[in-house]
Amino acid sequence: MSEQLISENKTLFTPFNVIAGIIVIIGLVITFLRFTKGLGTVTNLSDTSPWGIWIGFDLMCGVALAAGGYTVSSACYVFGMKKYHAAVRPAILTAFLGYATVLVSLVYDVGRPVRLAMAYPFVVQQGTTSLLFEVGLCVMIYLSVLFLEFTPIPLEWLGLKKIRNIMIKLTMVLTIFGVVLSTLHQSSLGALFLIAPSKLHPLWYSPYIAVYFFVSSIIAGLSMVIFEGTLSHKAFHGKMDKTYLEEHDPLVLQFGKAASLVLAGYFSIKIIGIAADNNWHLLVTPYGLWFLVELLGFVALPCFLYAIGARDKNLKLIRFTAGWTVFGIVLNRLNVSLIAFNWQKPLSERYIPSLMEIGLSVFMVTALIIAFKFIATNMPVFHEHPDYKETH
Amino acid sequence: MEHTFYTLQEFMLHTESVTYIILAIILLGVLGFWLFLTEYDD
Repeated sequence: MSEQLISENKTLFTPFNVIAGIIVIIGLVITFLRFTKGLGTVTNLSDTSPWGIWIGFDLMCGVALAAGGYTVSSACYVFGMKKYHAAVRPAILTAFLGYATVLVSLVYDVGRPVRLAMAYPFVVQQGTTSLLFEVGLCVMIYLSVLFLEFTPIPLEWLGLKKIRNIMIKLTMVLTIFGVVLSTLHQSSLGALFLIAPSKLHPLWYSPYIAVYFFVSSIIAGLSMVIFEGTLSHKAFHGKMDKTYLEEHDPLVLQFGKAASLVLAGYFSIKIIGIAADNNWHLLVTPYGLWFLVELLGFVALPCFLYAIGARDKNLKLIRFTAGWTVFGIVLNRLNVSLIAFNWQKPLSERYIPSLMEIGLSVFMVTALIIAFKFIATNMPVFHEHPDYKETH
Repeated sequence: MEHTFYTLQEFMLHTESVTYIILAIILLGVLGFWLFLTEYDD
């Protein structure tokens, strides 16, 4: 009896559980402070910097990195590349959890979260001329679409065959909805900054910023699928069936190749953006050098590395490049929303996130990982349910 | 070196010209990149 208890305690107190547990406790304390004492207690936000890392990181990066959902599902169902089918479920799960995190972060960030929960901006007072309205509406609908795309996984787990079969029949319609909604809000997230030409540094501000955001979201989606697959291989290898394992390596190669091409296109339109605004002279300023670090180090370099990896069939290089690119996308979103924003202000007046803001963002990412781990461990994500083999 | 433009016409002529030259370079670059990427393909 006592040996059994010791064994249970051993499995419960793994390094992951202990670290995640501490983060969750800290996150809950910050949550309590946020909703009882207000935004001023936990954040460094102000009237000049109303958007902090909960928007710049949790929302901007969350939406971009969740683009794997629409990228893989459209490749598989719309373009008929059925050989990528095994990657659809993990991608949809990542996207669903990513968007859920975005929405929860937004509840923390807005001044009157109850109104958001009651869909006030959509029902009572619609700001139909605002891009933010479009982003909000698209994210809300897309989260619902992702939830419906995700439902076959828990329905198979729960053994609810009839509802599961209905949901499977809706796959194509939901995928098309997903592509349309993603195209709209991924680009509109960038277009939000069109309203602030004097606040955003000219090298990041561009009339084409909506296109930049959309194209970079495709890169983020492709890279995230490879990156997430690499991590999952380490954590959930035992849960993966033969089909998934067989299909994964060709997928990494093809996605790496596709990512290198999209990165080349993205690099080209960024150069065209500089030329169209005649911003060449800004490249030799400190901000210009930082811009070059992003453009050469996190766009041109991964483009080249992906190309070499795909050419030489070097999976290790492609996997490393995927992580590098994901970091680059995060850097780009932080540059646009925080680092190059309000660039003319002295450092003393600039926004620097408080420790509690950072703590809450870490809490959000940890909660996402815990949810992913639970679902991937218990439900048919990396393997086909024995009752539904070859029926997808 | 920053050039001073006195009219919108001057600015547009300059930026459009540079953009077209860059586009031509990109088109050639993409061709080369594609050949490099698919060199070992079956």
